[in-house]
Amino acid sequence: MRFAATIAIAMIVSWNAKAEPPLAEWAREGQQRVVKIYGAGGLAGLEAYQSGILVSPDGHVATSWSYVLDVEPIVLLDDGRRFESTIVGFEPALELAVLKIDATDLPYFPIEEKIEAQWGDPILAISNLFNIATGKEPASVMQGTIAAVSDLDARRGTFKTPYRGKVMILDLIANNPGAAGGAVIDSEGRLIGMLGKELRDSATGVWLNYSIPAKELRGTIGDIIAGRTTSAPPPAEAMLPRDQSHDPKTLGLVMLPDVLETTPAYIDEVVPDSAAAKADLRPDDLILLVGGKRVDGQRTLRKLLRMIDRRDDVELTIQRDTEILPLVLRP
Amino acid sequence: MSPKRLFQSVVVVLALLIAPSTHGIEPITLDPILESAELERIAAIDLAKPTAVSVFVPGGAGGGSGVLISPEGYALTNFHVTSPAGSFMRCGLNDGRVYDAVIVGIDPVGDLAMIRLLGRDDFPYAEMGSSRAAQAGDWCMVIGNPFLLASNLQPTVTWGILSGVGRYQYPSGTLLEYGDCLQTDASINPGNSGGPIYDSSGKVIGIVGRASFEKRGRVNVGVGYAISINQAKNFLGYLRSGRIVDHATLGATVVTDPDGGVVVSNILDTSDAYRRGLRYGAEILEIDGRIVQTANDVQNILATFPNGWRVPLTFRYEGKTTNTLVRLMSVHLPDELLEKMAGALPPPPPRQAPKPDQEEGDKEEGDEKKPAESIPDKLRKAIAGKANPKYPKAVNEQLVSRKGYANYHFNQVQQERFRNALRSQFPGGKAGESVAWVIEAETDQPQPQQVQIRIGKDKTELVVGEKTFEATSRGKLYDEVVDGSVAGMLPALDAWRRMIEKGPQKFGETFYLGSMPLAGERPLRDCMVGLDGELEVRWMSHPDSELVEVVEVFADRDEDPAELWVIRENGDEQPSILDLRYGLDSVLRLKIKSWQQVPAETAEAQPEEAAE
Repeated sequence: MRFAATIAIAMIVSWNAKAEPPLAEWAREGQQRVVKIYGAGGLAGLEAYQSGILVSPDGHVATSWSYVLDVEPIVLLDDGRRFESTIVGFEPALELAVLKIDATDLPYFPIEEKIEAQWGDPILAISNLFNIATGKEPASVMQGTIAAVSDLDARRGTFKTPYRGKVMILDLIANNPGAAGGAVIDSEGRLIGMLGKELRDSATGVWLNYSIPAKELRGTIGDIIAGRTTSAPPPAEAMLPRDQSHDPKTLGLVMLPDVLETTPAYIDEVVPDSAAAKADLRPDDLILLVGGKRVDGQRTLRKLLRMIDRRDDVELTIQRDTEILPLVLRP
Repeated sequence: MSPKRLFQSVVVVLALLIAPSTHGIEPITLDPILESAELERIAAIDLAKPTAVSVFVPGGAGGGSGVLISPEGYALTNFHVTSPAGSFMRCGLNDGRVYDAVIVGIDPVGDLAMIRLLGRDDFPYAEMGSSRAAQAGDWCMVIGNPFLLASNLQPTVTWGILSGVGRYQYPSGTLLEYGDCLQTDASINPGNSGGPIYDSSGKVIGIVGRASFEKRGRVNVGVGYAISINQAKNFLGYLRSGRIVDHATLGATVVTDPDGGVVVSNILDTSDAYRRGLRYGAEILEIDGRIVQTANDVQNILATFPNGWRVPLTFRYEGKTTNTLVRLMSVHLPDELLEKMAGALPPPPPRQAPKPDQEEGDKEEGDEKKPAESIPDKLRKAIAGKANPKYPKAVNEQLVSRKGYANYHFNQVQQERFRNALRSQFPGGKAGESVAWVIEAETDQPQPQQVQIRIGKDKTELVVGEKTFEATSRGKLYDEVVDGSVAGMLPALDAWRRMIEKGPQKFGETFYLGSMPLAGERPLRDCMVGLDGELEVRWMSHPDSELVEVVEVFADRDEDPAELWVIRENGDEQPSILDLRYGLDSVLRLKIKSWQQVPAETAEAQPEEAAE
């Protein structure tokens, strides 16, 4: 531990004594790799904006999976360029989504395999919190240290998040509205984490300042970029005739009445002894993925089920309260 | 524990961590880099701390922070800190003493106020840095009075970095607009308002003013904003005038073009910008030498200027790029600002009622408000009232109430300075001494024409070659300026002569406006305004030499004024050239051969002889 502290001090010193320019430069390089994301929200205290991190030179943006992404989000780069984006993949259990914009040769954060971040490490947090920066204005930079690397007390519902991995607890007030998806970088300018959504301790009312370690996200981001997993819906041709494919009824699902353009795929009722009942699906479960493909509403759910042969298993990923559960329905 | 001690002990703790544990009794040695970094920080804090002011509103009605900027005790703070106090407040310094302070000038739009601490002429004061040089990631510190904790007069130091520069924060209505401001993650809490933010060497780079507060209550959430010190520098002269000052607008609205650039979407045809050729659809390229690309950029720059400033503007219209100078208009009509100020202040809190809930949104902070005396009453008193018997004598000696002023006393001080400067510089004169000026000159042309100017008590005359311009009435002079005539030189010289003779009090309504660039150039010149019937005359003087460099005469507000440029060469105090300009064009440029003062009667009696 003394070794770690020595490193921490060395870093503080390199920031402090070797004068300001390096810190300002690191900050600037970080800012160029952080984007502003605009999407759904704007009502009832739900901000319609958040932050994102460029993770490939070809326009892949890692960000927090949130309601902001309920519509195809707009991405604004640090240089002011504005892009429509598509959601190429997301992992609900990590609260992670990866967007893609049509651009190349962008500055980006490589997510290095061997990167250790520990308590005491000085960090910069870069995000567009409170949407202070607009257009080409650079994102906000904050400094602090990692206070702890710890498990999140989420399973017992203290923090309402499906994320179950380690988090870096920060000593700065980084997780403000709009900060989710922002970058946490170390004193070398390397990406070590992504700021998470605002979380509040349900018992004490205290707001948590934390970041999800980059190494927890690395594999999934890599898989999504490489196309090994994608949640983007497949082309429409793959549909089977109605009487040969699945639909909610064949599985024993009664969905919430479909009244909106994208009614969330909440289960209203489960027919006893059906495939759904056997898999222990319950009312109020939200279907997030079918066979790894994103379900952005009931229409998409029906479409995805149309592509699965009635005799085949159906893989679902659902959210039940703060838990993300993978389930297999056997007909 | 004082911040110094705190940092020292942090150093010790860190040192213990790196020191070999087996040698606990050995003297602690520090990594020299670490040691020098910490010593630099301690030195910066030691340098800055004596200049930070804890502002308390007498009667426990709140307070905030401030920063001393001159040895005479002038200090900057926020308008929203001084407004509950009115004219008088008490200020603590870290020397452990409390000083009476009087209001000097206020800027309700920019949320700035100048106050003067009394009782010393050797106050410690902060050196001003440049907020333009600041960048995101720079270390910075905030020193002030959060939560009004400084009951022992020791301010609180918080340390952080600049999170952003050149930020724009929307005003509430047209007041409290923060343009080109600094954003920091150093802790800013209620009570820090008005206090300084310093760079890591202890130079002040901004005045802390507000913070983003949302659902987490009125405490720091890592996002505080400071008015840039460069904006404050622009306003120092205006604030020293004791006036309630206003901000500038171009007289045009702009939008960010989706294809890039910022274009004029609407323009007043009475604005100076319009007279200089700015039109609907023109693309604005630069303001005051700074490149603009978005509507936010434009407002970010304009928001930092006082009204009446004349700044360089570059725009492109119909393929042609124009570099010009524009006079900026006021954001508010003359009485509009006073009304808005009264309206913007919180209503008097009902007695014993709980504090109104204001937790939502982006708020100015700084006022740990307790139920106080009705504020509009105070404002009324400040505007119209007389010396307050409750105030200390020293405060009342430097406090004169007058409509449109926070404190007319400080304007009187500037008027006196102007009067003395005017009488002691060429051509000079004494109070009440009626002289006439006779100026012999020739035009600055390849084939010069002879010129004679006579500025007498009842008659002014300009003879250029064969042509004679004569004015015996103010109305005639007014017309010459409206017409853009060469005789526009006459009202300028006439006003100058009479100002020397009569002084500011008897000239007509006279006031010190503040300091502004001369035709877009710095250093900022002192600007004195005299209302001469329908004419408004402005004297622009160099801040160091106090020599008059330009006399401007405005007839119609919506037309170019006559500008008489008084040009001195070779360091002479006596002018060698007079140049009359309208807009950017010179209409008459004269080389002075002689400039004499003669008894008034002589000049009036023998005009023909002198004119040959």
